[in-house]
Amino acid sequence: MTIDTSAPPPGADQVAAARPDLILGDHGLCPGCGEPVALRLLLEVLQELEIVNRTIGVVGHGCYGSFVQIMDVDVLQCLHGRAPSCATGIKRVRPSAVVFTLQGDGDMVNEGLQEVLHTAARGENVTCVLLNNGVFGDTGGQQTATTVIGQRTKTSLAGRDPATHGYPIPVADLVASLSGVAYVARGAVSTPAAVTRTKKLLRKAFEHQLAGDGFGLVEVLTMCPTGWFVPAADGPDYLTGSMEAAYPLGELPLRSAMGGGV
Amino acid sequence: MTELRLLDGCTAITEAALTAGCRFFAGYPMSPFTGLLEAMSRRMPEENGTCMNAESEIEAVNMVLGAAAAGARAATGSCGQGIALMQEAIAEMALNQTPAVVFNMARNQQDYFQCTRGGGWGDYRTLTLAPKDVPEAVEHTQLLFWLAERYRMPVILYGDPILAQTQVAVRIEPRDHGPLPPRDWVLDGSSGGTGRSRQVWTWAMGKATDPGPGPDRHWRAIAEKFSEVAAAEQRSESYRTEDADTIVVAFGTAALFVAHVVDELRARGLRVGLFRPVTLWPFPSVALAAATRRATRVLVFELNAGQMLDDVRQYVHDRDTVAFIGGVSIHESGLAFGPLLDAGPIRERILSASEGTR
Repeated sequence: MTIDTSAPPPGADQVAAARPDLILGDHGLCPGCGEPVALRLLLEVLQELEIVNRTIGVVGHGCYGSFVQIMDVDVLQCLHGRAPSCATGIKRVRPSAVVFTLQGDGDMVNEGLQEVLHTAARGENVTCVLLNNGVFGDTGGQQTATTVIGQRTKTSLAGRDPATHGYPIPVADLVASLSGVAYVARGAVSTPAAVTRTKKLLRKAFEHQLAGDGFGLVEVLTMCPTGWFVPAADGPDYLTGSMEAAYPLGELPLRSAMGGGV
Repeated sequence: MTELRLLDGCTAITEAALTAGCRFFAGYPMSPFTGLLEAMSRRMPEENGTCMNAESEIEAVNMVLGAAAAGARAATGSCGQGIALMQEAIAEMALNQTPAVVFNMARNQQDYFQCTRGGGWGDYRTLTLAPKDVPEAVEHTQLLFWLAERYRMPVILYGDPILAQTQVAVRIEPRDHGPLPPRDWVLDGSSGGTGRSRQVWTWAMGKATDPGPGPDRHWRAIAEKFSEVAAAEQRSESYRTEDADTIVVAFGTAALFVAHVVDELRARGLRVGLFRPVTLWPFPSVALAAATRRATRVLVFELNAGQMLDDVRQYVHDRDTVAFIGGVSIHESGLAFGPLLDAGPIRERILSASEGTR
């Protein structure tokens, strides 16, 4: 791999040096991690929609759990997998608050699949944000429910084999198939274009909540070079080649839009 | 004064909870708790409250955790295995300091350990009140919402099938238990963007710009709080114990039956009394030690294999006086008390245990 040592263009340099108002400190996560990019997009959207002072976040357990210390938003740090249930309790007693969850694939799809599906089917007017990197990053790279076929993890050393490990669960597709759901989209943070697009998806999801339309889910595919055992700089390409192939990006067609009843 | 109303226990508890300001309830059916869920489901919408049909006990208690963190007076409930499923979140509420009331409308008295030991992770206990009848359950319900908020912790009402289903004439009116601390911890979203946004977090690490105590200091402070509660909130009732040679220790509905037998045996000239823990945790250790100072026999009657027995042995004046006269006794359905909960068997067991000590 050749390394370009020339100075970045002024615009890119500005973006890299900027610290959004709602980020209070360094994230402390691994080099090449995609989660801080997703956090930044989320917080920028809250700021741009001018809803920061009425937003409550519910954060699950994973590497992104450390964001609780650097995101300048009211936060309930909840139990593993239970964020959608806690968000339900919050939204029902404070309907004018904007309520979101921040969960990883281990949190939402392994430990908390029941919670997110039932919260979606109830049409709770909350926004769930899934940071999906297909691996338990916080514990060092074990297989999750979204690990793609063939992916090597510490608990699937020869690669995920359906005969032994079963198949990954596309949670966004499951949610989109339920009545009560207003918006489901899948973005990524692997390229500048994908980052820009993902921010728009997050913004649309919160706009749906503000309009009272029902449940929203934005899945963001994020790099985890540490958990994938690849060099940090290779993370984006690995994401594009593996996860994006298994989980297509874009807004998902909803059951309600397809005229589906219960 | 409000009128007397004929209500079953679950409906009376529901009305008491509403009077105490409870406006959020979530539950999953499990009998005899089911009656409480149905009553809440009926009444909450009429009082601008919310009652959620949760898809599991785990989701119910986590909904309550969220609602309580957002400032609502919130409650859930279940019994037996359902309470076991909730223990992770009950522990979490104890450690992140969210107040809530858990109604354990139990099938029997085998939930004593589960209620009093803290069934989840961490150094905490759950304050547990065990009413003997429906009027006391009404009082306890109102007190529990106050205690939960006073100490910012989950608290439990330990009921049973008799309490849940018996219709009794009760008066339900608001009670003033005193001032409560400021609710400056409640998440309402308003502090976002100030650099000092709020958080409810078991690890209490705070924000980068506004650090919290962190797990070590936070969990030691929590443990200290539970020590304070252990000393300050012991409640018990001593019935005809002043001159008693034999003191029976019993809680909840079982204590009602024992009180009846105590009166019978007193009429025969036997010096028998009843000591009833009202708070199961904190166990009324000081009062038990005092009440049993002159007793030659301390008999523990509970409908399980001997759970409260551990606490009685720990706090009684003289451990050698303690004998167990309870036991497992379950109705064939598995859903209610068995034949041991009756005056006859209780009387026989007290008499045979106190032979030679009269």
